[in-house]
Amino acid sequence: MTRPMTRIDQTFARLRAEGRKAFVSYIMAGDPDLDTSLQVMKGLPGAGVDIIELGVPFTDPMADGQTIQLAGQRALEGGQTLQRTLDMVAAFRKGDDATPIVLMGYYNPIYSRGVDRFLADAKAAGIDGLIVVDLPPEEDAELCLPAQAAGLNFIRLATPTTDDRRLPKVLTNTSGFVYYVSITGITGAAAAQAADVGPEVARIKAQTELPVIVGFGINTPEAAQAIAGVADGCVVGSAIVKEIGAGKSVDDVLAFVRGLADGAHRA
Amino acid sequence: MPEDRINSFMSGPDENGRFGIFGGRFVSETLMPLILDLEAEYERAKTDPTFWAEMDDLWAHYVGRPSPLYHAERLSQHLGGARIYMKRDELNHTGAHKINNVLGQIILARRMGKTRIIAETGAGQHGVATATVCAKFGLKCIVYMGAHDVERQAPNVFRMRLLGADVVPVTSGRGTLKDAMNDALRDWVTNVRDTFYCIGTVAGPHPYPAMVRDFQSIIGKEVRTQIMAREGRLPDTLVAAIGGGSNAMGLFFPFLDDKDVRIIGVEAGGKGVDDRMEHCASLTGGRPGVLHGNRTYLLQDDDGQILEGFSISAGLDYPGIGPEHSWLHDVGRAEYVSITDKEALEAFQLSCALEGIIPALEPSHALAHVMKIAPDLPKDHLIVMNMCGRGDKDIFTVAKHLGVQIKT
Ligand SMILES: Cc1ncc(COP(=O)(O)O)c(C=O)c1O
Repeated sequence: MTRPMTRIDQTFARLRAEGRKAFVSYIMAGDPDLDTSLQVMKGLPGAGVDIIELGVPFTDPMADGQTIQLAGQRALEGGQTLQRTLDMVAAFRKGDDATPIVLMGYYNPIYSRGVDRFLADAKAAGIDGLIVVDLPPEEDAELCLPAQAAGLNFIRLATPTTDDRRLPKVLTNTSGFVYYVSITGITGAAAAQAADVGPEVARIKAQTELPVIVGFGINTPEAAQAIAGVADGCVVGSAIVKEIGAGKSVDDVLAFVRGLADGAHRA
Repeated sequence: MPEDRINSFMSGPDENGRFGIFGGRFVSETLMPLILDLEAEYERAKTDPTFWAEMDDLWAHYVGRPSPLYHAERLSQHLGGARIYMKRDELNHTGAHKINNVLGQIILARRMGKTRIIAETGAGQHGVATATVCAKFGLKCIVYMGAHDVERQAPNVFRMRLLGADVVPVTSGRGTLKDAMNDALRDWVTNVRDTFYCIGTVAGPHPYPAMVRDFQSIIGKEVRTQIMAREGRLPDTLVAAIGGGSNAMGLFFPFLDDKDVRIIGVEAGGKGVDDRMEHCASLTGGRPGVLHGNRTYLLQDDDGQILEGFSISAGLDYPGIGPEHSWLHDVGRAEYVSITDKEALEAFQLSCALEGIIPALEPSHALAHVMKIAPDLPKDHLIVMNMCGRGDKDIFTVAKHLGVQIKT
């Protein structure tokens, strides 16, 4: 199926042409408050971030470790809602029409809003893709297929438990990129070794043309470089969220992000 | 049955684990292969006579089944209407219906070669049952329990520890049953290879709701046989309390296609079902959403954020309900009502005074509804309520509410 190119597709095409790896960063929308997180978000592209993953807070983040759980709680306590997250993206888009934005979260806030209404609003706000942790391929009819029809990428997670028999099922209807979760576990847990990740990435790439980005547990420029080196790029989430949670200034957070991005881009 | 499958209320779930729009498999990819394995193993076990032979043997000699069906004569007289029977699942080993299901899941876990068992618990009854069966089979057991529940169910925490389980107080979120379930799921994605998640109610991703229902259905099957022997006919009304809904599904399921049997599930009304949201009545006060692997009625705000329930009973304190109940509610096969803390406390005391049975606070909710409806029903109307747990664990909570100090 040919789909219109999204900002995500364009970004990977450009990176490929430049021979560079992608650096993807995750922050929680509204953490610790809306203004601060929008300021951080606006600074991410300048700090070397190629793709922004924006977390949608949810009361019951079953796949997240403590760092991101607490970030979600801070955001919710600050009054963050899905609507405010969409508004935040729209505000970001006023100054940046190129950096891809992927919303990452859980299904219920989307389901509660209504899938059709959400997709229309997400598209209008300038969102490019979705990662919804609790929607495996078995539930594609819920959001994945409608999202693709609406011109959004639906990015799926592949994990160490996704064996070769199951992999085609996970790759079908995935678009934008494949997010390989390098460990069995929650966000913020220990990282996998590049030596172990490499063969897994190769296993996935044998079955898809899509870029494979690796995440979970990466927290230093060295790790970012090592992991990006065996994939098409890497994602850092908890390590950045931890800086925000520690009350660091926007500049300090962005300096930390820059270090990670430089690491990934050295790969 | 086959020719009438379409019109049967007993044919669910479908191959996608759905009861109508409810149920499903809303889990992360890491867990998906495990859930498919579990489903395959359960499908094999279900038709394997050796599996059921092992269950029957343990039910008979370890749990003490069948549990009696008891005619609560003084209570019936006192209320002055319907003839009330209690299904005495509080007499099971470990004091509640929870062990019916735990045995099934642990036998499955053993068949799958899993050596580490995790569970969530609210009141602690499911945790105690899981710790018990793990001790019996020499399996490692980790129980996640909300920090708030650890405090209000202290005797059960000590029981679990005596039985060799690791009890992990959960402080994530607000430290309640739903958070314990979140942490159990987090443990499971981390330890997928050797770990079996023993869910304590008819919720979670498919196949849990169907599997737990099937294991708990022993309750309703026994009631059918027992009431036929006692009264020569089926009951008119079934009443059971609902946290996640497992004791209720267990009682209701074998009667779903008996159209003349009225079925009533009782949710925890806490301080009253109104917009203060200090209750756990998902069906009466919630709307459909997705949590813990399934779509079901949930207490949630306008943004789809899950709300904390509130109930005097730790075992009912859950913002969701099993998906099959959501479906039975929507198709109108079962009715769902709610009972407040205060009404449950009155029923608790009445059962003690008139029948010499100290009920758990959970079935006290069912009993409170029986107290509401029985007086207006004819003397030959047969009500069966599920006395699904005994109240030893709750005496401290009850004492506190009655203003009595117990020295410990
Ligand atoms: C005695 C008793 N009854 C009922 C429940 C609620 O669970 P369910 O609705 O699954 O039966 C519990 C849960 O802990 C319980 O201990």
